[in-house]
Amino acid sequence: MSTPALQVEIQLALPQFQLACNFQARREVVVLFGGSGAGKTSVLDCIAGFRAPQQGRIMLGERVLFSRESAVNLPVRQRRIGYLSQQPALFPHLSVRQNIEYGLLDLERSERNARVDAILERFRIAALAASRPAAISGGEQQRVALARTLVCEPELLLLDEPLSALDLALKSLLLEALFDWQRERAVPMLYVTHEQTEAYSLSSRVLVVEAGRVVADGEPQQVFNAPLRREQAALSGYENLFDAVVVETHPALGTMTCRVAGTDLLLEAPLAKKAEGEAASLAVRAGDILVATVRPSGISARNVLKGRIQSIEDRAGMVELRVLCGAGDALETAFLVHITRGALQNLGLQAEQSVWLILKTHSIQFLRS
Amino acid sequence: MTTPLLLSLKLALVTSSLLFVLGLPLAWWLAFTRFRLRFLVESVVALPIVLPPTVLGFYLLLMLGSRGSLGIFWEHCTGHTLAFSFEGLVVGSVIYSLPFAVQPFTAALASVDRRLLAASASLGASSWRTFWRITFPLAFPGIVTGFALSFAHTMGECGVVLMLGGNIPCRTQTASIAIYDNVQMLDYAVAARQSITLLGISFALLLLINALNRKRNWRLQ
Repeated sequence: MSTPALQVEIQLALPQFQLACNFQARREVVVLFGGSGAGKTSVLDCIAGFRAPQQGRIMLGERVLFSRESAVNLPVRQRRIGYLSQQPALFPHLSVRQNIEYGLLDLERSERNARVDAILERFRIAALAASRPAAISGGEQQRVALARTLVCEPELLLLDEPLSALDLALKSLLLEALFDWQRERAVPMLYVTHEQTEAYSLSSRVLVVEAGRVVADGEPQQVFNAPLRREQAALSGYENLFDAVVVETHPALGTMTCRVAGTDLLLEAPLAKKAEGEAASLAVRAGDILVATVRPSGISARNVLKGRIQSIEDRAGMVELRVLCGAGDALETAFLVHITRGALQNLGLQAEQSVWLILKTHSIQFLRS
Repeated sequence: MTTPLLLSLKLALVTSSLLFVLGLPLAWWLAFTRFRLRFLVESVVALPIVLPPTVLGFYLLLMLGSRGSLGIFWEHCTGHTLAFSFEGLVVGSVIYSLPFAVQPFTAALASVDRRLLAASASLGASSWRTFWRITFPLAFPGIVTGFALSFAHTMGECGVVLMLGGNIPCRTQTASIAIYDNVQMLDYAVAARQSITLLGISFALLLLINALNRKRNWRLQ
């Protein structure tokens, strides 16, 4: 295997925790995923050179960007790294064209003009060339900022939630341009986000960062469907998290029965490496639970739970039900369930109504404790 | 009669130009340093604001006079004393007007968005290029203000000039001192003419700064 395009081994004491991040990237798009304050931006700042780690080494191809051991700390301007954050940070006193050619001032005028013209054309901003940043829209500003970064032909791209301030249509347009460029140039690209949907659509490789450490590394499906930790599960959209105890394992059926801690509620979950009597953490997505007004029969799902609706809340684009479930008469385990507005109207659901919740065995995930 | 005014204008122009050259690096350092004792340097720079001009003038006289270390050095190099000369006035004015240039410079440089400076560096620009292409143009209104304030302040100074330069016509008699002189001699008509001229110049200067800054703000929006 050839040497990785990017090697990062850094340690840095932050106010909340000790950042200790180790990872490598080939000439690929890698998503850094994590909640706010997980240390993602600090990692980018160290790579870009805005901050120096206390220990470690950063290599870009054969070049040493930082090494505590050999006392190397290349200044930002010599790293040839493109950095783009949520703020376009365009120079307000320069025109769009002057902004874009800023990184090329050492080139000869003819070559500089050719490259600027090409990128203006490519990002469809040629018409804005003479405008000042204040005169163009936020989406256009971000497009200019991206063009200004890419025109310098960086050897690594660092993107810190660059598109989170833009609407969906603009976002996909820009992402397309960005990924086309990345495929052509084949440079490594680190993309920071805290949105799971974005992480899914961006890349085939996700690094999950938590309290300054890489806690998971793999394909989005793998990383998000088998959450390793509770914090990460909550972040990845597993709204329902339960502590449970394994009651019985059924190796032949590929399942096991778990009791939600402190209740009599039993759940049928996929078989995991757990012994009977052992504690386990379970996670279920609110969107993976079905609701029925009558007890369903002739159904493959192994978990059919009796419950009562405690509250109904209209969220953006969907409805969140809070349903209390239980084994006998005691309804004490709360489930969050997401359904559409149409389903709510169709079933005529109301608070205090009795319902049945249906969970497929494989919609229940085990968390590593 | 025009000579004191011309002398004042010349002194003010030389002083504020020197303060631009010397004060800008100092302001840049103050705006960006993480040095812990920065407040000490800031206090020294601000001292002339609170110090009576006569006190400052007295110390400068001691230092620049023919027994002062700087005065001896100057006399050795040029053959004449620094005190009671135009050059001496320049040295005194530069120190006296230092805060009026450095404080607006520092405030203007510090107010430039750090994200722009980070962007400039990540686009491969050296500190020098970042300063002249980004920091300086964006801080320009504050720099003009500092230039004009030090100019106006020098035009109006009296105490330091009197202590350091005496009142030698054509050499160290500036407009403000000439006014004082004329009032002493009860020549109110001449004093009034000189006063109104100084008032006009000061006011015109402030108008010019405001106009410049407004035009610029309009362009950035």
